[in-house]
Amino acid sequence: MNQKIDWKKYILVFFITLSLFLTAVYLSNFFHRSRAEEIKSIQSKIAIDILSSETQYALLEDLSCKDVSNSMLSQELNSLGDKIDYQESNSSAGNAADLVDLKRYYSLLEIKDYLLMQKVTERCGEKAFFILYFYTDKENCSECVKQGYVLTALREKYPSLRVYSFDYSLDLSAVRALKSIYKIDDRNLPALIINKEVVTGFKSVEDIEEQFPELETLLIVEKTKEELGKK
Amino acid sequence: MIGVGTAIFYTAVFLSVYVQVFFLVTFLEKRRHIVIRKDSISLPEYPGVTIIVPCWNEEKTVEKTVASLLALEYPKDKLHITIVDDGSTDNTWGVLQKYAHTPNIHLYKKENGGKHTAMNYALAQTTTPFTGCLDADSAVHPEALKRIMTYFADPEIMAVAPSIMIEKSKNPIQIAQRVEYDMAVYVKKMLAFIGGIHVTPGPFSIFRKKVFDDLGNYRKAHNTEDQEIALRMQSYGYKIEHCPDAYVYTVSPNTVKKLYKQRLRWIYGFLNNLIDYRHLLFRKKYGNVALFTLPSGLISIVTAMFGFGYILYRFGIYIADKVEQIRIVGWQFSLRPFDWFYVSTESTIFLSILLYGLVILAIMLGRKMSQDRKKLSLDFLYFIVIYSVVAPFWLAKAVYNTTVAKKMPTWR
Repeated sequence: MNQKIDWKKYILVFFITLSLFLTAVYLSNFFHRSRAEEIKSIQSKIAIDILSSETQYALLEDLSCKDVSNSMLSQELNSLGDKIDYQESNSSAGNAADLVDLKRYYSLLEIKDYLLMQKVTERCGEKAFFILYFYTDKENCSECVKQGYVLTALREKYPSLRVYSFDYSLDLSAVRALKSIYKIDDRNLPALIINKEVVTGFKSVEDIEEQFPELETLLIVEKTKEELGKK
Repeated sequence: MIGVGTAIFYTAVFLSVYVQVFFLVTFLEKRRHIVIRKDSISLPEYPGVTIIVPCWNEEKTVEKTVASLLALEYPKDKLHITIVDDGSTDNTWGVLQKYAHTPNIHLYKKENGGKHTAMNYALAQTTTPFTGCLDADSAVHPEALKRIMTYFADPEIMAVAPSIMIEKSKNPIQIAQRVEYDMAVYVKKMLAFIGGIHVTPGPFSIFRKKVFDDLGNYRKAHNTEDQEIALRMQSYGYKIEHCPDAYVYTVSPNTVKKLYKQRLRWIYGFLNNLIDYRHLLFRKKYGNVALFTLPSGLISIVTAMFGFGYILYRFGIYIADKVEQIRIVGWQFSLRPFDWFYVSTESTIFLSILLYGLVILAIMLGRKMSQDRKKLSLDFLYFIVIYSVVAPFWLAKAVYNTTVAKKMPTWR
């Protein structure tokens, strides 16, 4: 009663299926790498922009403050940050090393932008608001996720607010230096440095607005700029 | 390290793709042997055939069923129709009286005992060398019997299954089933090519009477006697064929609840018959039914349930995040401009596209074989959406009933 089994067919189908499967995995990795390349290219562009701004700053004594443009750069950095976040949440373990490099470079660009913009606003006497945000995704910090929502909402409400996010566990000397300057401890995450004042633990939009009423002035400055622009 | 869930997901998808590729390779290998006849045919001889129509409360549909049998292109003196009223509580017996004097129709009434008892009752009266059943809610194509009988020219063929079509598909639930039945024509034929058919459907599967003489009558078999008899035949090496152009039209459930009840019975029957015939599994002496058909049935159950759970889990996380976000910062709606960067290219997406692509190809090939005039339309979306959402529930309930509750679903 033994029935004939076509073993060759079973093996052939296995290899066809394996090829299809590996093609799907390859395509996924290919597009992942393409995205990483896109991030690198954006980073290079931002690096050039920062260098250009630094050069502008060095020449500032010979230029008027209105020649130093900064609003676009901040948006590009935010958009870059969003892309790195997305890439991180959609990457496999095999791509982790590449991502850490991207995050390091991004953090460095953030710090350079922060320092430069601080100097520019001081020199030009502009109203500015800086938030440095330390988070971690290693210890499943649920408060950090919530804080992220708050900062996104704040950024949308106050477009000229400059938010710089740093992964606490990132191995980068410049980030370590920031942590040491502001004495940021991983037990008190999320941590915010709002105009050089350290605030730890989760803070809602209302908490931040209440503690820093000068945020409102950003809206007034923006409105004035808009009105002047219209005239 | 990948998680257990991810490992199960990839394994389930790999095996599901394997099953579809197996069908496709079989199709490419055997496509020239698929016979679809459009015109009337003649047979060199017309052996006697008895068609059993078991009825239980079928007063509304039985007339149409019998009329289709009387319209079969087969010599009337060779075609016997045995109708058994299995203790109906409605007017089925009264409706049947109009056939009391039709020469080739034999009417019987007995106490209610279930479909298999009605069939066995009729089998005891059967004297023809071939016999089959037609559920009293189905109707046959006039050429169906002749087309089926051509397969019995091979003396090794012991049973032939037809192609079952949905009679009318009025609402999305029925359209989804129509797509499924179209695909089933293709799947059944491919299983026939490898000798792996595991169901001889109630509507119009024709058997040599020898099958019952040798192997015994129908059994209750968890209310799926058509699965059990096929597995019994396979376990004895009896060959089952499929005749793709023998069309049988059946009434499909028109509500989700009715569909759920029907499928719960089918899947419960599959699982429990599989347990009863577990000695077949992975034993090469039983052929492809043991190595391919039964394992692939299990794979499809696991994949559907796990896939649904996986999607539900991810959707749940998304909703929980959104709720948390709204709770913290209020409702914020900002439309981000389209950017290819954010189009997901996870391997799960490509694998899902691959799997659904193979399923859609199977539907198209099934439609071609069933001569369904409708080209591939958006109908398949009904199938994918409805079955992706509802099927996991009847699968889960069937698994629960089998393993925990030990409760057999009822017929209706």
